[in-house]
Amino acid sequence: MAHDFAWIRPEPHGIHVVPADCWIDPSEPADHALVTHGHADHARGGHGRTVATPETLAIMKLRYATSDGAVPVGYGETIRLPGGVGATFLPAGHVLGSAQILLEHAGERVIVTGDYKRCPDPTCPPFEVTPCDVFITEATFGLPVFCHPPIETEIGKLLDRLAAHPERCVLVGAYALGKAQRVIAELRRAGHDRPIYLHGALERMCRLYEEWGVDLGELRLVSDATKEDMRGQVVVCPPSALNDRWSRRLPDPITAMASGWMRVRQRARQRNVELPLVISDHADWGELTRTVEEVDPHETWITHGREEALLRWHQLHQRRARALALIGYEDEDD
Amino acid sequence: MEEFAALIDALVYTRSRNEKLELIANYLQATPDPDRGWALAALTGGLDFPAVKASTIRNLMHERVDPVLWTLSRDFVGDTAETASLLWPAGEAPPDPPSVSEAVEALTAMTRRSVLSELPALLDRLDASGRFALLKLATGAMRIGISARLAKIAFAQAFGVGVEDVEEYWHGLTPPYLALFAWAAEGAPPPDTGSLPLFRPFMLAHPLDDTIVDLEDYVAEWKWDGIRVQLVRVGGEKGETRLYSRSGDDISGTFPEFLDALPIDAVLDGELLVRGVHQGGEKGGAASFNALQQRLGRKTVSKAMLAEFSAFIRLYDVMILEDDDLRDLPWTRRRAHLEALMPRLPENRFDLSPVVDAEHFDHLTEIRAGARDDAIEGLMLKRRDSPYVAGRKTGLWYKWKRDPLLVDCVLMYAQRGSGKRSSFYSDYTFGCWDGDPDAGADLLPVGKAYFGFTDEELRKIDRYVRTHTVNRFGPVRETDRSLVFEVAFDSVHASKRHKSGLAMRFPRIHRIRWDKPAHEADRIDALRALVRD
Repeated sequence: MAHDFAWIRPEPHGIHVVPADCWIDPSEPADHALVTHGHADHARGGHGRTVATPETLAIMKLRYATSDGAVPVGYGETIRLPGGVGATFLPAGHVLGSAQILLEHAGERVIVTGDYKRCPDPTCPPFEVTPCDVFITEATFGLPVFCHPPIETEIGKLLDRLAAHPERCVLVGAYALGKAQRVIAELRRAGHDRPIYLHGALERMCRLYEEWGVDLGELRLVSDATKEDMRGQVVVCPPSALNDRWSRRLPDPITAMASGWMRVRQRARQRNVELPLVISDHADWGELTRTVEEVDPHETWITHGREEALLRWHQLHQRRARALALIGYEDEDD
Repeated sequence: MEEFAALIDALVYTRSRNEKLELIANYLQATPDPDRGWALAALTGGLDFPAVKASTIRNLMHERVDPVLWTLSRDFVGDTAETASLLWPAGEAPPDPPSVSEAVEALTAMTRRSVLSELPALLDRLDASGRFALLKLATGAMRIGISARLAKIAFAQAFGVGVEDVEEYWHGLTPPYLALFAWAAEGAPPPDTGSLPLFRPFMLAHPLDDTIVDLEDYVAEWKWDGIRVQLVRVGGEKGETRLYSRSGDDISGTFPEFLDALPIDAVLDGELLVRGVHQGGEKGGAASFNALQQRLGRKTVSKAMLAEFSAFIRLYDVMILEDDDLRDLPWTRRRAHLEALMPRLPENRFDLSPVVDAEHFDHLTEIRAGARDDAIEGLMLKRRDSPYVAGRKTGLWYKWKRDPLLVDCVLMYAQRGSGKRSSFYSDYTFGCWDGDPDAGADLLPVGKAYFGFTDEELRKIDRYVRTHTVNRFGPVRETDRSLVFEVAFDSVHASKRHKSGLAMRFPRIHRIRWDKPAHEADRIDALRALVRD
C-alpha cells in the first residue's frame, strides 16, 4: 500500500495540514492554527483562529492578553476541520494542557506530538500511546547520553542540600511554564511544606496552575521577603535570573538548575550551576525510542532537537524516519 | 570509590576556591589510608596507567555502542570520559563499587591486552558518577579545575601543617604518600627524603609600593623577565639533576641542556632565560620573554630548538652547596659562596645576576627608569642580612617592577565573571583603532583584562555594559564601543593569535576614562611601535 501523506506538509514555519489549510504550532501568525501546548516557541500570538486545549488557551490568554478566535477542545475530543480532516487532542504529559494532535484524513492517521515525556508529572495527565501511520516526534534529548533519573532522586538532592546549609537558600532556575510548577508540586509530594519563594516572573503562571487545580502549597514573592526570611528556603526563578543582579538580594544562594541538560557536567558548569538537577519535561533517549516502538508507526518524522542520532536509531532498527528542518523551536532552557 | 566520585562531582560544580579547599580537606580527613593517598595523587596528576588511554575508552565503547551514536554523543558532551560514563550500559547487578585502592591496583596490573576485559569489569561495578571518576583517574587527565598546588594547600589545611613543609617533602615521596599522611595526620616524624633531588620552596618578594629602603641595609639586583627556576643536583658524579619551576613542577625534560650542567651537588636559585639574538640585543644577553615562550611547555625538544633558543640560568642565590645548607646564612654570605662558585660552572649555561650599584635610593630610581634591556622586569631589593626563607616574609625582599607601558583602548566586549563576580560583567576585551576613526577606521581587539579596578568601579562598568549592549553571544555582550580604558601592560609582542597581530603581556585596567571620547583612543600603530622583539 502506497502512503505519501501529501496532505501533511512540513514547512520551515510549521506543519501545514493542506486540506484544512491550517497550521500546527506555526512560528508565524496564521489564519488557522492548532497549538499543542503553551510554550512560547509553539504557541505564538496573532493567529486568526486558535484551536487548543482550554488549559493551553488560558496560558496563551495570560501571555498575549487576548482570547480572540480561541476554540477549546478537551482531551479525547475530536474537532472536524475543513477538507474532511478530523483533529483529536490527546494528553502529551509535557506541561499543563499539552496535547498530541491526532489528524485523520482519508483513512490515514498522523500524530503530531508537540513536546512530550513519559514519566509521571503531578501537573498534567500522562502521554497516551495511540496507533498511527506517521508519528511526528520531537527529539530535544535525542542522544543516548540523556537518561533522566527518577525525579524523586533529584528532589532528594535538592532537599539534602537545603538541610545541609540552613543559613543559605537554594535558588532553582526553572522554565517559567511547566518546570517551575512541576518542581514545586514534586517538592510538596516529597513533604516539603515550608513556603516556597518565587521570582516575580513566575507568579502569574503559578496562580494559573492553581486555578486549574494543581496544589502548589504556600507561595511567597521574593520581593516581599527579607534575606532572613529566605534562609534555609527554596527560591524558584526563571533560568535567566540565576546569575542576574536580581539574585544579589538572596541569602548566599546555592545555584541549582532543573533541566535535562544538567546531565552533562560542562553544560552545568557553563551556567555556573552548583547543584545540577536533571529534571526535564521532554522525553529522554529511552523514552523516545520506547515510544516509537510502542506507537509502532509506519514512519517517524522528527521535528527538532538532536535528530541525527534518532534517525540513526531508526536506521539501526529498520524503521523509516525522516528529519524535518523546522525553525524557531528552542529548547535551551529545558 | 563512591566518596571519591562524590568529591570529584562536588569539585566540578564548585567555583569558590575556599569551598574547593574545604571539600578536599574534608575528604582527606575522613578517608582512610591508602585510599586518600591515591586520591591525592589523582588530584595532583601523580598517577599514570600506561594501559589506559583515551583511545582505549573509545575502543571499549565501539564494542558496546553504535559508532555513529558514540561520535554524535562524544561531540555533544565534549569529554570522552564523561561520554563513556553516561553511555556505559547499565549492568544487571546493583553497583558494587571497588575502593579507590582496589581500583588503582587493578588499573596498575592491566596490560594493553587485559585492559579490554578488566576495565569493563570495573566499570560494571559503578554508577555513572563512579564511572566518570574512575575514567578520569585512569586516564590521568582530571581537568576539573584543581591544580596540584591547590590540592597540597588542602592537604596542609586538613592536618594543620605548613604547605611549604608539604612541598619540601612532596617530591621525595610516591603515592599513596603513607609517610606524608603519617607525619601530617598522626604526628610521626617527617618523611625521610634523604638523598633525593628535591624541590625546596622558593623565597619570594613583596611589591615595594611606596616603601623607601636604605641601601645600607638592602642590596639591589635586576629582576629578569624569564621564569624562576631551581636547579638541584644530589648524589655526586653519578647523581641526578632536576630543574623545577616556581610551582615545584619538574621541568627537566623541557630543558635537557641542564641535566649534565652542574659539576657539583647544589641547589641553585635563578632565572631561566634564552640567548638574546632574537631581539637584536647585545651578544650573550637575554632575549625577551616571548623568545623563552618558544621553549615552554614542550615535552620533547628538537635539536633545532635547542640551538636556536639556547637556555641558560642567571643565578640569584645558592641554597645548598655540596653538603651545606646555606639557607640560614645572611644574603651577603650566600652571595660570597655563589660568586666563588661561578668559575666552576660552565659559562654557556650559567651567569651571575649582577648587583646594581647605586649610592642612594634616588640614584636607584634613576637607574630603574633608564633600564633599556627588554629582559629586565624591574628591580629586586634584598635585605643584606636576610636568610633564605620559604614564601614571602615582610621586610626581607621587595620587587620593584618597571613602570608599565600605557595605551588608551576602547571596550568592545564584556563577559560575565565567575565566583564572587558571577552576574557581573568583569572580563573585558578592548581594541585600538586600525587607522583614523573619523575616516571610518575600525577597532581591532588587542587584549583582554579582568582586573585593575575596584569593586565600586566594577559595579559602574557592569551598569555601563548592561545599558550599552548592542549584541549578545551567550555570556558575552558586545558594547557600543564608547568607553575608554587606560590599559597598563609590561610589554607587547608580535602574535599570530590575534587579528591585530599583537599580544600584550600582563595587561590590566589602569584607569577608566569616563571622560575620554572613544575616537581619541590610541591607534594600533602606537602599540605596534612598542614591540621590541
